[in-house]
Amino acid sequence: MADYSMHTVRNNNPIGKIALRWGLYVMLGIFAVFYLMPFFVMLTTSLKSLDEIRTGDLISLPREVTLDAWRTAWSGACTGIQCEGMRPYFWNSMLIAIPGVAISTLLGALNGYVVSQWKFRGANIIFSLMLFGCFIPFQVVLLPMARVLGMMGIAGTIPGLIFVHVIYGLGFTTLFFRNYYVSIPSELTKAAKVDGAGFFRIFWSIFLPLSIPIIVVTVIWQFTQIWNDFLFGVSFSQAGTQPVTVALNNIVNSTTGVKEYNVDMAAAIIAALPTLLVYVVAGKYFVRGLTAGSVKG
Amino acid sequence: MFKWLEENTPKLVLAPSFIAVMVFVYGFIAWTAWVSLTRSRLLPKYEIDGFIQYDRLFASPRWDTAFGNLFIFGILFIVIAMILGLLLAILLDQNIRTEGALRTIYLYPMALSMIVTGTAWKWILNPGLGLEATVRGWGFENFTFDWLVNPDMAIYTIVIAAIWQSSGFVMALFLAGLRSVDGEIIKAAQVDGIPTWRVYTAIIIPSMAPIFLSAFIVLSHLAIKSFDLVIALTGGGPGYATDLPATYMYAMAFSRGDIGQAASSAMIMMMVVFTIVVPYLYSELRSKDG
Repeated sequence: MADYSMHTVRNNNPIGKIALRWGLYVMLGIFAVFYLMPFFVMLTTSLKSLDEIRTGDLISLPREVTLDAWRTAWSGACTGIQCEGMRPYFWNSMLIAIPGVAISTLLGALNGYVVSQWKFRGANIIFSLMLFGCFIPFQVVLLPMARVLGMMGIAGTIPGLIFVHVIYGLGFTTLFFRNYYVSIPSELTKAAKVDGAGFFRIFWSIFLPLSIPIIVVTVIWQFTQIWNDFLFGVSFSQAGTQPVTVALNNIVNSTTGVKEYNVDMAAAIIAALPTLLVYVVAGKYFVRGLTAGSVKG
Repeated sequence: MFKWLEENTPKLVLAPSFIAVMVFVYGFIAWTAWVSLTRSRLLPKYEIDGFIQYDRLFASPRWDTAFGNLFIFGILFIVIAMILGLLLAILLDQNIRTEGALRTIYLYPMALSMIVTGTAWKWILNPGLGLEATVRGWGFENFTFDWLVNPDMAIYTIVIAAIWQSSGFVMALFLAGLRSVDGEIIKAAQVDGIPTWRVYTAIIIPSMAPIFLSAFIVLSHLAIKSFDLVIALTGGGPGYATDLPATYMYAMAFSRGDIGQAASSAMIMMMVVFTIVVPYLYSELRSKDG
């Protein structure tokens, strides 16, 4: 993403040039509206009363702002038979995501360090095998995983979900660190070895301090992946251990009672808030993770 | 002993992850492949019985719809997201003053869960109170936009929502590509009086072939894995009009109790992914080593 050289439009006719610039900004503005509209609609709907939703239209601002829907979404909305809102599931997702991110990032750092700096015969093959693991459609492991989690006694539990996320996150975290460490000259490791430093000491004192940017990228990537996951969450959880995405889907699709669109929208924003916050605060690293995950370097 | 430990530390560190991947990725794929060749229903059986599950799969009208939808959805999603992403990248590349803010706006949906995206679009597209009712309220009494509940059109609502979510990401990829094109060549072309659009079509876009490939791989991968979006937006309905292989597999595995069908449909999904991804990864890894 580095080089931001500009390719300017050349046009010698000043009126045409101004019209072209205007047209350009209008088009960019229309696209901005297209991307912002759903979020705007979610936000305004969540602040309206049900009566106003039934009579008003989609894109009008609320006549009377009310936070009732937010209160219900957070602590009263029903996901099937329980009516505790999003709150318990929000914390479930935190309890899954935080250890999941920490463990998979640490393992990814160590793996990446081995396959880039301590190559042994077969290390490349192992890395390739791990990389292929990133690309499988997870449907192909759902059935056996359900059985194995049962055998391990962690089916339907939060540790079970952490375990699943760590296993299937390893490929990407290893890839991120491996690609980052590959650019560090191996002479550094060799010199440290000559000075008597061992595997872990070199990792701890030389590589980790250099790794802050890639740790940020990996943590953001993994957090977004785990927080937004639905497939593992819906397959391997049970009442009480569901993550926030599963709870949101249950609230929206619960068939009992009146359809409370404002509560649905408030719940959706609650589910989106952590990753949106990460994106707004650290967008640069978020984008870097996305592009690193696709452009295998 | 200590020396052995010291010499083998790297291998020992890598070993748990390696074993985990061998068991939980490759072992599990083998398990699913095996079970897809048995008569398993509610519980897995392990006596191989040929391709009966695949016969059942291809005879099932529901799978037919799901597999057909994968191509309708996949092709439209990939093509439109690529065109839109490229267009946005080129527009943003014209020395735009507010570029940073616009990029942030175009890309934020990528940070959302597909369940959130599906929930939002389900509300916008519902005919009763959403877009249709709103436009009618403006005086266009005959305006109809009922794709969400129309079995023939519902799959296109998934395309719309998926494009909304992912096109900003394609833009980011292309923008990075545009910025890495050699500025000297472009300047030289402009000095020669070649119009800007020709500079793009003749020089810049052809030099971004690798980025087209990466974007294609990522988008097709997203398309095949699409599950959350369908569940949240249409639930696979009306009927099973918007089923995709991913939702078919899930329904068989967890609500129909038909493990054999779940396993065989998962295997087909994996084959589709592999025909796309394997040649790509192979060439990437080869060019690395060489």
